[in-house]
Amino acid sequence: MYITPEGKEIFVVDGHTHFWDGSPENQRNVHGKQFIECFYGYHTALSPKEQLWPKEKFEKYSADDLYRDLFVDGPDDVAIVQSTYLKDFYKNGFNTIERNAAVAARYPERFIVNGAFDPRDGEKALEYIHFMKETYDIKGVKMYTAEWNGASKGWKLDDPDAYRCFELCEKLGIRNIHVHKGPTIIPLNKDAFDVHDVDHAATDFQGLNWIVEHCGLPRLDDFCWIAVQETNVYGGLAVALPFIHSRPRYFAEVIAELLFWVGPDKLLFGSDYGIWTPRWLVEKFWAFELPEDIARERGVQLTPEIKEKILGLNAARIYDIDVAAKKAAIAAGPMLAAAE
Amino acid sequence: MSTVATLDGGRQGELWRRLRAVTDPELDESIVDMGFVERADILADGTVVVDFRLPTYWCSPNFVFLMLEDVRAAVEGLSWAPAHRLTLHDHMFAEDVNAGLAAGRSFPEIFGALAVEDDLSALRAKFREKAFKRRQETVLLDLRRTLTDATLLTMDLAALAAARPSAGPDDAIGRYLEAVALRWPGCGTDAPAFRSYEGAVLGPADLDGHLADLRAVRINMEFSGALCRGLKGTRYKEVEMVDGEPTLVDFILDRVPPRGCAGPSAHTA
Repeated sequence: MYITPEGKEIFVVDGHTHFWDGSPENQRNVHGKQFIECFYGYHTALSPKEQLWPKEKFEKYSADDLYRDLFVDGPDDVAIVQSTYLKDFYKNGFNTIERNAAVAARYPERFIVNGAFDPRDGEKALEYIHFMKETYDIKGVKMYTAEWNGASKGWKLDDPDAYRCFELCEKLGIRNIHVHKGPTIIPLNKDAFDVHDVDHAATDFQGLNWIVEHCGLPRLDDFCWIAVQETNVYGGLAVALPFIHSRPRYFAEVIAELLFWVGPDKLLFGSDYGIWTPRWLVEKFWAFELPEDIARERGVQLTPEIKEKILGLNAARIYDIDVAAKKAAIAAGPMLAAAE
Repeated sequence: MSTVATLDGGRQGELWRRLRAVTDPELDESIVDMGFVERADILADGTVVVDFRLPTYWCSPNFVFLMLEDVRAAVEGLSWAPAHRLTLHDHMFAEDVNAGLAAGRSFPEIFGALAVEDDLSALRAKFREKAFKRRQETVLLDLRRTLTDATLLTMDLAALAAARPSAGPDDAIGRYLEAVALRWPGCGTDAPAFRSYEGAVLGPADLDGHLADLRAVRINMEFSGALCRGLKGTRYKEVEMVDGEPTLVDFILDRVPPRGCAGPSAHTA
């Protein structure tokens, strides 16, 4: 719950969070070390100075840290926690569904746990989707098309193997497909950020929501073009949003493009915790005004109503969260220590 | 001896000039300004040693490939045709690349194992287009502050060249003219200064839409550029001084001042 300076209560769904273990003890090899270091680079490059974490905390934070940063000190009502396996880099995986589900079980009202699978595993992937549905009742998954797998250096959403998986997702009611389309974290041999496979998959699976994380940046124009044509394509603001602090005018240009092409109903707030914590992002976003020339150029506005949609109501809609009921359930839960 | 010093200074200057002309294809910014060149030294026997490091361990092999190819060409084009040692540091393919470079293998041979399927010349062409658009937008927005759209769009290349400020570090018009010359080699100075990349003549009614297209290209490039700078800053353990004091970031990252790195400081706040 974010309470605005005017005293209005805003329902916040954090669409992109992690509970990872990138500690040296869990690193399998140099790739694991470099992976978490790259994340830490993002953290140090784009956070306000007073928000910086020591590296040890960043590598592995506790369930209590997570809860406090999101819900006590942070304004989130609900957090969607994404799973990323990276078992080639980390002995126990980076943030597996088991790890995420364990923390979610402690705070059942607070977390939505998303699964992950790799279509290239064929039958095993299908079995795994069944397993995740039966065991954790997942509503969504996170896809990394750039992940390496044996000789394969990546895959596409419109590969036949992937289509079989999405057919099963649709059948089981796993409706929200989050796709990492952003800065490359694992190199690809082809253009590492291509978003065109989303176009095909979204057309062929109208019953699924396709949430393009990071809005395809640095392929924003391609993403916007696709999102205009496909009503079931959404944009996740993780990584784009922190620019609100370091380069506010640049952020204004990005959000203006998104409002113009994608529209206010299909954009989702995401902190990408633990890369960034949600409080400062939400505060700055609420206070943010589009510069007049940029608003005029694109003919868009960023009103309080639109901010409220982006911060929580849009995600609540695609995850079937009854906002009033959820607020009541959270209020009835254990009392929280007030944020200082 | 002063003559030796002058010679070295001249060679060192030539080396940095050539390296500075190499751009990160994705960003259209100099690899020297981006801080990717960690060291560029000339040994006593004239051998050139270049240490190259990118913002992340994961940078796309394609882009690494293009940049190193250009670095090698820059070094091979030096007036004293030196032997050279190029080393890529802290990249997931560093070992393959360095072994390949040392053995004198071509880049397709080195990266062949990585199954680079892209036609790199097509990739280069795509980046040339992006660079053209980004440079054109910079000039258009700048001139639009003082000129009417009608005046702007009837300018020819000669008039645009005449509008260049006397030599300064920020020669946006000069960079755009370079991109025009690459796009239309040998085109006359009476050609329109501002055309679309496809060559279409722009009228006042087209300008807003055209600028919106250019803006989209810039937004993407700026995103990459900002991330690369930020990541490079944290990776290179540069100490940012605020009022002469290291900042909190430096303490957290346990940074040490870098060893004397030849060449100009590339850090921009």
